[in-house]
Amino acid sequence: MNPAQLTKMVNDIAAFFASESGEEQAVTDVSGHLQRFWDPRMRREIVAHYARGGEGLNELSKKAVAALAKASQ
Amino acid sequence: MYAIDHHDLGTPASSAVAPVTLEIDGRPVTVAEGTSIMRAAGLAGCSVPKLCATDNLKSFGSCRLCLVEIEGRRGYPASCTTLVSEGMKVKTQSEKLGSLRRGVMELYVSDHPLDCVSCPSNGHCELQNMAEVVGVSETRYGLAGERHEHLAKDASNPYFTFDPNMCIVCSRCVRACDEVQGTLALTIQGRGFESKVAASQDESFVESECVSCGACVEACPTAALTEKPLHFMGQPERAVTTTCAYCGVGCSFKAEVKGRGDAAQVVRMVPNRDGHANQGHACIKGRFAFGYATHADRILKPMVRARISDPWREVSWDEAIGHAAAQFKRIQQQHGKYAVGGITSSRCTNEETFLVQKLVRAAFGNNNVDTCARVCHSPTGYGLKHTLGESAGTQAFNSVMKSDVVMVIGANPTEGHPVFASQLKRRLRQGAKLIVVDPRVTAIVRSPHIEADYHLQLRPGTNVAVMNALAHVIVTEGLVKSEFVAARCEPAAFEKWCTFIKDPRNSPEATESMTGVPADTVRRAARLFASGRNGAIYYGLGVTEHSQGSTMVMGIANLAMATGNLGREGVGVNPLRGQNNVQGACDMGSFPHELPGYRHVSDAAVRTQFETRWQVPLEAEPGLRIPNMFEAALDGSFLGLYVQGEDILQSDPNTHHVVAALSAMECVVVQDLFLNETAKYAHIFLPGSSFLEKDGTFTNAERRISRVRKVLNPKAGLADWEVTVRLANALGYPMAYDHPSQIMDEIAALTPTFTGVSYDKLDRLGSIQWPCNEAAPQGTPTMHIDEFVRGKGRFYITEYVPTSERSNSRFPLILTTGRVLTQYNVGAQTRRTPNVTWHSEDRFEIHPDDAETRGVKEGDWVGITSRAGQTVLRATVTDRVQPGVVYTTFHFPESGANVITTDNSDWATNCPEYKVTAVQVVKVSQPADWQERLRRRYEPDANHV
Repeated sequence: MNPAQLTKMVNDIAAFFASESGEEQAVTDVSGHLQRFWDPRMRREIVAHYARGGEGLNELSKKAVAALAKASQ
Repeated sequence: MYAIDHHDLGTPASSAVAPVTLEIDGRPVTVAEGTSIMRAAGLAGCSVPKLCATDNLKSFGSCRLCLVEIEGRRGYPASCTTLVSEGMKVKTQSEKLGSLRRGVMELYVSDHPLDCVSCPSNGHCELQNMAEVVGVSETRYGLAGERHEHLAKDASNPYFTFDPNMCIVCSRCVRACDEVQGTLALTIQGRGFESKVAASQDESFVESECVSCGACVEACPTAALTEKPLHFMGQPERAVTTTCAYCGVGCSFKAEVKGRGDAAQVVRMVPNRDGHANQGHACIKGRFAFGYATHADRILKPMVRARISDPWREVSWDEAIGHAAAQFKRIQQQHGKYAVGGITSSRCTNEETFLVQKLVRAAFGNNNVDTCARVCHSPTGYGLKHTLGESAGTQAFNSVMKSDVVMVIGANPTEGHPVFASQLKRRLRQGAKLIVVDPRVTAIVRSPHIEADYHLQLRPGTNVAVMNALAHVIVTEGLVKSEFVAARCEPAAFEKWCTFIKDPRNSPEATESMTGVPADTVRRAARLFASGRNGAIYYGLGVTEHSQGSTMVMGIANLAMATGNLGREGVGVNPLRGQNNVQGACDMGSFPHELPGYRHVSDAAVRTQFETRWQVPLEAEPGLRIPNMFEAALDGSFLGLYVQGEDILQSDPNTHHVVAALSAMECVVVQDLFLNETAKYAHIFLPGSSFLEKDGTFTNAERRISRVRKVLNPKAGLADWEVTVRLANALGYPMAYDHPSQIMDEIAALTPTFTGVSYDKLDRLGSIQWPCNEAAPQGTPTMHIDEFVRGKGRFYITEYVPTSERSNSRFPLILTTGRVLTQYNVGAQTRRTPNVTWHSEDRFEIHPDDAETRGVKEGDWVGITSRAGQTVLRATVTDRVQPGVVYTTFHFPESGANVITTDNSDWATNCPEYKVTAVQVVKVSQPADWQERLRRRYEPDANHV
């Protein structure tokens, strides 16, 4: 999977939840969205991208992917 | 000529309920108040002769054949225009009435050809029948007088002829064009003997404003307006009620057929006057453009090839299916079980889509199933599920007849959903107000006797900003329906939303510079919508196909809740679905994260139900969506795809990207009527069956489940559902169904909203709107009446986030896309019909100012370049589009509209952002070579009916 494409997708999701939810809740909501709607290989790829530094991920996206990584451990 | 099995009652049913009892020919009859004597007599079994009356048109009283005697009244009133009253005593037959009717009929016959035996309407001509009923076989006036027989026949329309020699000037065609279709293209021109039916300004039918809906042809009592097949195929012998396979209106039709078995042929498709979605109306596509089903391009033999560069080799069904199963199994053995998947089609039946997703989940053992709804209405599912609790529209189509204000957003119903558009126009002519939110001046903005009160001509990509501005006005000017919100919605979410929406950044004044819509227009439109008693919102792909598609759907739901416009007739949130079974394909569990009935795959209790019934463990993780499948193919983790009835190469964005993905796969199986664009990259081709060749059901945009009935034998030998059954069995997963009714029984057993649905009940009721279960055994026309499906309605914050697809100096124009009436989606069906008479190529609309600066004139070839690719189209210079915005349709593969669309997609669902592409346009001398090759390959065949 193309990490740049996945990064853009996570940032777009984060843009919605950043305004819909409070800061703390947004992290949960973004990672929850990824959990509910993303195929596991996409989740693995974005987690791996985050582990490599997460280039392009905004702050909320990074926190959400970190939460996702933690949940999948 | 109406359907051959239609019993016409002469005038429409009354909407009143109070009973009235009268006596007709000595028999007591009880009917609803407001019923005509003619209809009451018909219901009582003593039909009155008639010519100018038919039960889908208002009574007219011109033919004077339906005269009756009423005790205590002088004269002989027309039974079509006289309403019943309590205690009335009516005689429909008497010596005097017989004499009067014969006199009238003799006049008609004196100016009508009497060669009935060779007439295309022979046996179904109302003039012929009525002459027999009233006892006229000759005329006292002879045939020597002046007649209309010298008038020329108009055969210009590819589907029907107009022969004025046969016309009795009853005005039924003119009234049908007015009352049923709402185009007002026909008129009675001239006076007295010179009176004649004329299209537009006495033009030929094909050159006139006529939209070929066929309402006039169906209304004609003689052979003046007749379908051309009646002239060379003769009369149909039987009628089968079925459902149209074009748009999401889901019109009910009578397929009129001649012959049986393999010799059966469809002569006509006639709209079903008892059809619940269309109420007897049709459009050019459903009514006439069914010739694709028998087109010579149909592939009738399964084919295989080892590599996509090899020629196809025809094989038996067993070999093709065995080969497909072996390839899928090989890929899964070598690359894991997640390396294959399937795509269901919104053009196939509920039963077929159910089987494909079942095959993927049970036989492939993963959730890599998706549907073409991904690229159209997936944001509707997400947005409405979260706000209201159900992934579907809230109303029946006829709800619009109780609307006071209608807001049409990003939809072009006269082109995309023409039968609903006719109903909408009917309501608008009764006085309902109209707000249109669209970047283009569509026909609904301004057409005969219709003009939108407000047209919010926004810049593409700014929907959410406009919606927020409308809501801002409603909240800040105290127009919220507080009682509704307090009783029906989550208070904390509402308060949070109010705080957000009241912020000055959402005001019309603040958003004007982004949206291009004058603040004052937004304010007036918001006030109008909020102040109407019943406000209804209808929307299309102009809402969903954006990077904020899901946000916009939520914004629409927010607006409906804030104004109290949900839970009764006349209001609601109404997605206009593009294809016939988009709703059904979604209902049937075609999305990779949901089992049938929109239940998440992670729900263990739901999975257990399916596992018990299907006898196989199911995956708890979501699978790949279509665009994700492409990405996975390119990284080598997804290598096998089963595509039923979907041309992903032509319909999905960024064609080059799709080509690369398909080329990277090891086994692509395409099941379709035609060797479509995707099939160029397929290894196995399985012939599909048209909607005329199978049993099943479609679910339309109003959640209405309607039967599809087999009219012809499958031309390739198998219906689509039978192919999936065979493939599943070949994969080692047993499927055993003898008839699609058994599949529906399984759907009903597993899906709470379908519990009460069965073929028997569908036959009995005609159609059913889900939910249909113990709580609603007859179905649910209006949803969310007392409470929302999710309990309390939930407001969501809809912050406007501009798309990353921006115009700049390199790509200064914004391209948006749409449809035309005569073509359908990627055109696979309609391009193979005479509909190409009206639209034989996709045109590129450009504003006169933008055209002038580029030296582009009407009809010039223009090169269009985006960040994704380039194509060449012929220009139409028009102020339908605003400066800075260009537009095209996507019906022809050689147009390459999706060569230039980008990978941008909706944040929640990955629905592509087809509606916003930054482009540059330059004048060029000719199309690209690849376009010319495609153009030659798809040379339209206008002669095939």
